[in-house]
Amino acid sequence: MSKFRKKQKVALPEISTASLPDIVFMLLFFFMVATIMRKDILMVENKLPMADQIEKLEKRDLIMNIYVGKPSSRYLGTEGRIQLNDKFAKLEDIKPFILSEIASKRDGVKPFLITSLKVDKKTKMGLVNDIKKELREVDALKINYATIQGGTTNNIP
Amino acid sequence: MKTRRLAPSVNAGSMADIAFLLLIFFLVSTTIATDQGISRKLPPKLNDTPPITIRERNIFRVELNQLNELLVEGELVSLEDLKDKAISFLDNGGGVSGEACSYCRGSKGITSSDNPKKAVISLQSSRETNYETYIAVQDQLVSAYTELRNREAMRLYGVLFTTMEENLKSVHYDGDKAKLRERIKHIQMMYPEKISEAETKME
Repeated sequence: MSKFRKKQKVALPEISTASLPDIVFMLLFFFMVATIMRKDILMVENKLPMADQIEKLEKRDLIMNIYVGKPSSRYLGTEGRIQLNDKFAKLEDIKPFILSEIASKRDGVKPFLITSLKVDKKTKMGLVNDIKKELREVDALKINYATIQGGTTNNIP
Repeated sequence: MKTRRLAPSVNAGSMADIAFLLLIFFLVSTTIATDQGISRKLPPKLNDTPPITIRERNIFRVELNQLNELLVEGELVSLEDLKDKAISFLDNGGGVSGEACSYCRGSKGITSSDNPKKAVISLQSSRETNYETYIAVQDQLVSAYTELRNREAMRLYGVLFTTMEENLKSVHYDGDKAKLRERIKHIQMMYPEKISEAETKME
């Protein structure tokens, strides 16, 4: 009995915060690993459409990005525009862009390069088809329509 | 012993603050990778390819008009029906002798495709079609192929085609990957994905 009485007398000990840094570091490492720094600042609206039958692109350094969408609210215009790197581009700029991207890659990986078309869902197909035609002319034939995982049934208005 | 006890301990109290600072930085700058989508191969340059003639019954015409309406072989169809229509076209197997398809379960009609190896889906879109609709149609067409491939993989190897593909990529798969690749190739050969966006001309 005396044992118990003794315990009651002791004041509540403070909760040790010694493991707090460890927890925070754990989170930190998770985010460091999961983070990919966005290279390009988006200047166009870029809400991707949904699709089910998708493939993941594994190697990020093999991907060339083309963003398409209407200019975001900071910029003027409502027509769909193309963004390459971090500026607006015209259709004719695609060919030199792709060629310079290909030239900057190692020889071994050149056949595996994929052009990722990150096209806003409200874009008209005319522009997309024009881009595809440009890509065909520079033999960048592997493309990927970037999408979000999800059902397609709500895609059709 | 005494000297060791006296060694000053580094105050680690601010460690948490530093870690928090870094954590918040990474939280803000994080974009979790979203590089996924529908992969396609574009046809080569226009002037490189001589026109190929395909029998009309082996072409499945899908068209998207400027009002985002879906036309299959000239008829208005809803998106939900597209997959079934594509499957019954691909799986028709109406060919005879050399072109016969032994694994098809379709109705073998004479107006539909001879053999899945010959069947081509032609997808045309108008300039005013919405990209979102276009992707939805692409997705439905790919899922038609996936369903047929799944069925054949299940019949031949007792696994789904999609599972086989996942296994091929997975590092935890302990089976024979060379064999798996062979099998995947075989299934893909049975139902080759031929979705053409090239201009087609009716004869």
